[in-house]
Amino acid sequence: MASVSVPAEGARPRGLLRRPTATTGVWSWITTVDHKRIGLLYGATALLFFLIGGTEALFIRLQLAEPNGQVLSADTYNQFFTMHGLTMIFFVVMPLSAAFFNYLIPLMIGARDVAFPRLNAFSYWAFLAGGLFLYSSFFLGGAPNNGWFSYQPLAETSAGNGANFYAAGLIITGLASTVSAVNLAVTIINMRAPGMTLFRMPVFIWMGLTVQLLLAFSLPIITVALFEMLFDKRFGTHFFDPKTGGDPVLWQHLFWLFGHPEVYVLILPAMGIVSEVLPVFARKPLFGYQFVVFAGIAIGFIGFGVWVHHMFAVGLGPVANTAFAVSTMIIAVPTGIKIFNWMGTLWRGDLRFTTAMMFAIGFVGLFVIGGLSGVTHAVVPSDFQQTDTYYIVAHFHYVLFAGAIFGLFAGLYYWWPKAFGRRLSEGWGKAHFWLMFVGANLTFGPMHMLGLQGMPRRIYTYPARLGLGFWNLVATIGAFTIALSVLVFLANVIVTSRKAAQHEADPWDGRTLEWTTSSPPPPYNFEEIPAVHSLDDHWHRKYAEGKGGTLVPVPAGGADHHAEAQSGGHGIHLPGPSYYPIVASIGLPIIGYGVVYPKLWWLAIAGAVVLLVGLYGWALEPSAE
Amino acid sequence: MAQAVHEAHGADHETSTGLPNVKLGMWLFLASECLLFGALISTYVLYRGSIGEGVHPIDVFDIAYTSISSFVLLASSLTMVLALSAIQRGDQVRLRLWLMTTAMLGMVFVGGQVYEFTSFIREGMTIKTNVTSGAFYTLTGFHGAHVTVGILMLLSLVVLSGLGRLGQERSQVVELVGLYWHFVDIVWIVIFTVVYLIPAGTAR
Amino acid sequence: MDVETNQEPPERPAVARAERHPGPKEYIRIAIILGAVTAMEVAIYYADVPHPLFIATLIFFSFVKFSLVVLWFMHLKFDSRTYARFFVMGLALAATLYFVVLISFRAFQG
Repeated sequence: MASVSVPAEGARPRGLLRRPTATTGVWSWITTVDHKRIGLLYGATALLFFLIGGTEALFIRLQLAEPNGQVLSADTYNQFFTMHGLTMIFFVVMPLSAAFFNYLIPLMIGARDVAFPRLNAFSYWAFLAGGLFLYSSFFLGGAPNNGWFSYQPLAETSAGNGANFYAAGLIITGLASTVSAVNLAVTIINMRAPGMTLFRMPVFIWMGLTVQLLLAFSLPIITVALFEMLFDKRFGTHFFDPKTGGDPVLWQHLFWLFGHPEVYVLILPAMGIVSEVLPVFARKPLFGYQFVVFAGIAIGFIGFGVWVHHMFAVGLGPVANTAFAVSTMIIAVPTGIKIFNWMGTLWRGDLRFTTAMMFAIGFVGLFVIGGLSGVTHAVVPSDFQQTDTYYIVAHFHYVLFAGAIFGLFAGLYYWWPKAFGRRLSEGWGKAHFWLMFVGANLTFGPMHMLGLQGMPRRIYTYPARLGLGFWNLVATIGAFTIALSVLVFLANVIVTSRKAAQHEADPWDGRTLEWTTSSPPPPYNFEEIPAVHSLDDHWHRKYAEGKGGTLVPVPAGGADHHAEAQSGGHGIHLPGPSYYPIVASIGLPIIGYGVVYPKLWWLAIAGAVVLLVGLYGWALEPSAE
Repeated sequence: MAQAVHEAHGADHETSTGLPNVKLGMWLFLASECLLFGALISTYVLYRGSIGEGVHPIDVFDIAYTSISSFVLLASSLTMVLALSAIQRGDQVRLRLWLMTTAMLGMVFVGGQVYEFTSFIREGMTIKTNVTSGAFYTLTGFHGAHVTVGILMLLSLVVLSGLGRLGQERSQVVELVGLYWHFVDIVWIVIFTVVYLIPAGTAR
Repeated sequence: MDVETNQEPPERPAVARAERHPGPKEYIRIAIILGAVTAMEVAIYYADVPHPLFIATLIFFSFVKFSLVVLWFMHLKFDSRTYARFFVMGLALAATLYFVVLISFRAFQG
């Protein structure tokens, strides 16, 4: 399907615009449908948002560093903590994971592109449009200020347009993610290289498939909740307003029906990355591949059945609370299985402590802390004490920062040479790791103490007599340590980019298909689509097992399945670049502004026209799929 | 692509499963839509018994009228499969005829919904009246919007066929639009029962 | 079930189950059943059926219509099971999750 051939000149009379032809420069990026370039766009955008969301976090920590902080006003503080959460979840961890999925899924399953390349470009541009739309609220009267969960009826009765931007912005990014979820799921199911059976797929691909299904099934739920919220605010319905018969608890159900699977959307990609990195640097196959895969699927499946543990204090009654306490404890089991498998992978391995490896091990260690504090929330009476305190903040930052972000950085260090042909500096990298490791524990460790001392979440200041000052100061010092580590990472990127590229195809002695092709890979990925004969196929082409389980390198060309390769990439048909994905996606925020501002209702129509023009141009584009 | 090994699979050599990407994607999308309409229908079910002030949907429903709308939408599903059957046989004339009929039936349905909404508003039930009316208009409005998108796609197919750009080899495009159209129909089957027929029973 | 001989032109190779779709006659037969069931639904509405039976019958009829459209018009009966698996996954998930939510609101009591 991906191999749409670009027709010869003159053979394309129809269509509004000629298909773009640039292969370098800005236009080539704007019109690209190459999954690798889209992956890089996702990654760069996510890192930019990481800096913005991180800066917001620094302001939050400055404000809380000492009692009666004066750095931010209460309202600005509310906007900052809300946007920090939204940014880190929707515009950092999700798109950074999407970057890895986009870049790596076709490479790891031996495909030339994703199933729907133009749809892929549309997903990226719509995601970017949603992010810019949401951030534009800062300049248009105030950003959302009711927390990322936007509890009702607080959010819809709060003054200003923040909540409207929240609803419309998340609908746009949700649409982008749904489209990309369908696209990537179909890619994994349908575009595998010959011989790449489901149980020969790398664990990262399995986690990718699970995440796409979670997204496809959870995003529509939040979409409905967001529309209902928007209708309440804009059209005067009463969905979540208890004064007129609405029920705020419905919002909480719909939000957490989405919100909990979303947690696994954030963590499973990092788990997949770690499952790739550990075996390579332990020079051993992943211990219990099937168990890791099934545990991942189980986490995804059970992840839909635990949402009420976010609502224990709502008062749904002992039956609901008990049932969901049990399901929450059950979901710890597959997670524990994964931890043991990772430790089993390291056991007696020939360990190489590269930066990627250190981040992966850091992930495993710190994620256990977050996982264990998570189990304490499953105990309902204990949760009553912890809910809405900093203990919860500590828990989910151990999972999402010390977990997801560490896993994603492991991936960045691991696949950087594949994408750019250069390894990131190990010296800078280790400084980055240790600073971030110390910083994370210094920031989020004390929050356990603060929470148990009774410090509530979301407050913008606290009086000195509560005795919360010390640990808050420690956490703030930790936050700046993390900021320093991010600067070290950026320095590393700059230093590395100035070095000559080595173009090593397989710098880490890897196990999976992406290391068979050059670094960076050619636009068509593989000259010849590889034929896959086993799990970790690339590894088995390089090594055979000698007596007593020792590894014996296979002589070059000895078991080379590439022998049949011909034609250095000639005659491969790739999807042509296109203007229409970006055109269609630009329509979305225009509709958004029309919905947010009653007086600018005509913008909604204008945006819809832009969207339609984009979609029709797309559908009628010559040599379409 | 991937010609090497899939020769064994025969005609559909393009994909690992032998299934076309677009059709698999469409089914996944429809599965996802189940959760969208599920949430809307659940919201209505939750709020339909609410005792807010003002006119409630149940007070203004005209079941005879809505039944005819339901028949119209069901009939459009039939004409849709007949259109698919026509293009699979290579019968472009019948293809356009059935596509056009399907689009017309869809327009009758949406037009009927617009008329229904205006008559409800005249009887004093707007989207703001109470939580039940809001849930009703949101649910049926989302459904109507889906039907409208379907009509746009059907009319586009008619034009494409007229331009000679919808040959027999592209019957899959018609099949995809058909899947979407039937899905919108089955959503209505549920809405008709859950929203229109059942609450009347509980009220008696 | 009598799957009618497909209407495919002979030059297109029939691929597995995927292409063996029913023909117009069978489609019309299904449509007649659908219309008849809808007529019965409306008839039940106007007849004075006792309340629990009323709801049970209507839900059953709705389920029958839903299944007929999905199995025949959307070809799930004839196409690859993979499509059905995905669709049922979404449908079952939606049914379960929203049922639990509505139960927690005691929406089905009174």
